[in-house]
Parts: sequence; structure tokens; C-alpha cells
Amino acid sequence: MMKNIKFLLLGIFFAIVLSKSQAISWYRFYEMFTFQSFHMFGIIGGAVVISAIIMQLFKSGKIKDINGNKIVPKPKKKGFISTIFGGTLFGLGWGISGACAAPVFVILGFKFLPALLILVGALIGAFIYGLIAKKLPN
Amino acid sequence: MDFLLEPWPWFIGGPLIALSLFLYFYFGQNFGASTNFETLCTIAGAGKVSDYFKKDWKQRDFALLFVLGLIIGGFISACYLVPNPAIELNLTTVQELTDLGFTNVGESYFPAEIFSEDVVFSLKGFLILLLSGVLIGFGTRYAGGCTSGHAITGLSSLQLPSLLAVIGFFIGGIIATWLIIPILF
Repeated sequence: MMKNIKFLLLGIFFAIVLSKSQAISWYRFYEMFTFQSFHMFGIIGGAVVISAIIMQLFKSGKIKDINGNKIVPKPKKKGFISTIFGGTLFGLGWGISGACAAPVFVILGFKFLPALLILVGALIGAFIYGLIAKKLPN
Repeated sequence: MDFLLEPWPWFIGGPLIALSLFLYFYFGQNFGASTNFETLCTIAGAGKVSDYFKKDWKQRDFALLFVLGLIIGGFISACYLVPNPAIELNLTTVQELTDLGFTNVGESYFPAEIFSEDVVFSLKGFLILLLSGVLIGFGTRYAGGCTSGHAITGLSSLQLPSLLAVIGFFIGGIIATWLIIPILF
């Protein structure tokens, strides 16, 4: 438990970054999906470009993790229908509520009840997925 | 101190998100947020209903601490770090949303038309928030990730499924903002 306190601190840091850069704002995502502002594209694009350089350093083994192990990002599950269709469903929820998976927890601090309702919905959604996962096409 | 209270531009936010990803991996774990929805289902007892949730959630204690940190960080930010929540929106955006009936557009992070207690206790508002949540929870698990796991971790490690997922995110987001929001409001 104690060795994982660093994840608690990292969560606090990440929440502050998202809050300060307005990456939890409903308006910012509305602007992004209507292509009326560069802000969110800059944030996500910037994060991806810098992360890609970091990933190369992980891949080449120049940077190892805290325990000295090679860092290998988990391969994402493949499946054309699941990623496109699942992604579209998530995009619908994201576009309407302006919340995605990490920000929904951060928004609790700003708008407690609305964020709690989205979170309860997300748990119901994940539960429904778990129930029918085997029957869905990939 | 001023820096802590002013809004941060994209070229500060983007790199600091990458730094968060770096630290998450450096601490020995795979960066992402939406798997926590499943873990929380497991803790709530979903394993009794479906084998899918029969997992040892204690192996994900680091992720739950990260989530706890997100919540604490959200409260700290809301209370102390965002004294001026106004957002400099594109004037087209402001006009569009005002025409749809939104008030005080861009004066705070969240529109009162979706994020207020009055709305939570109205049937329409309740359903909008709850069903958006269901789509987020179901969609992220079906797709295998969210903005953190697919768009940032997946794209930066050049994984094809993540590109497909992000295309899906945008198809959904564009349908939501161009078609559904104008119908709802």
C-alpha cells in the first residue's frame, strides 16, 4: 500500500494538470468536436507527440522502470468492430456530457452530483458490457 | 504563484500530460483510466452476477489510489486553483450555443444547462447525464480504452487498434455535438 502512495500523488498532479489546462471543461470538448478551437487538439496532440518520444526511449531500453524492468506498454486488444463501434459509443457519451474516464473523477470536485450521476452511469455501462462481453462481435 | 492561478495554455498542458504518462509507466504500470470502471464494479460485487468481474481487485490498488488522487486533485483545483473559471471560447462557439438556448456560455467550465443540481433533479437532465455515463462506461470497455489508454498511450506507442478507436471517438463526438446536442436543447 505505502509503495503505491506515489500513484495517489500522481493522481492529484494529473487532476490539477487537467483542471488548469481546462481539459475537463464541457465547452472545450464541444469546441474540439466542432473544430472551432485548437486548444484540445494542441493538448492531446502535444501529449501524443511527446509520449511517442518517451515510448521510443522505453522501447530502446534507455529508460527502465523504478524496479529496473523494461517498460513495455500492454498491447491493445485487436478487433475492428469492437474498437470502432465501442469507440463511437464512448464518443457519443463524451460529446454529450463532455466527460471521459479520468476527468469524470476530477469533475466530482467541481460539480459533485452531475459528475456522480455520470460515474454511476459509467459503472452501469461497464457492468452491462461485462454481462454481454462474450456475445459481442470483435 | 500567478502561474498556479492563471489558466494553462495547451503547450503547458500537453507536455504535463505526457509527464504523467511517463511517471505512470516509470512506476511500473500501464497508463489508462477506464479499466477502473470494471474494478469498481468488481468491488461493488458484480462478480456475484458475472464471472467477467471475478477478478482480484487488490492487484489494481495502485489504480484505485490514482483515482482517489484524481478526486482529491479535483477538489483542490475547484477550491483553490481555478479562481477565474471563464474560458476564452471562439465567438462562433458562443453564438452557436447561445442560439441553442445556453446561457452564460464560457463563463465557467460547465454549462448550467447540463451541470447543475436543478438539472440533476429533472427527468431530462437526469437521463442525459446517466445515459451519457452508460455510453462512456460501455463504450470504453468495448473499445478497450479511453482518451488516456487509447488516444495517448495507444497512439504514442503506434498501436493500430488505438487509431481505430480514436476515429470512433470522433465519429461519436461529432454525431453528439452536431446532431444530438441541437436536438436535446
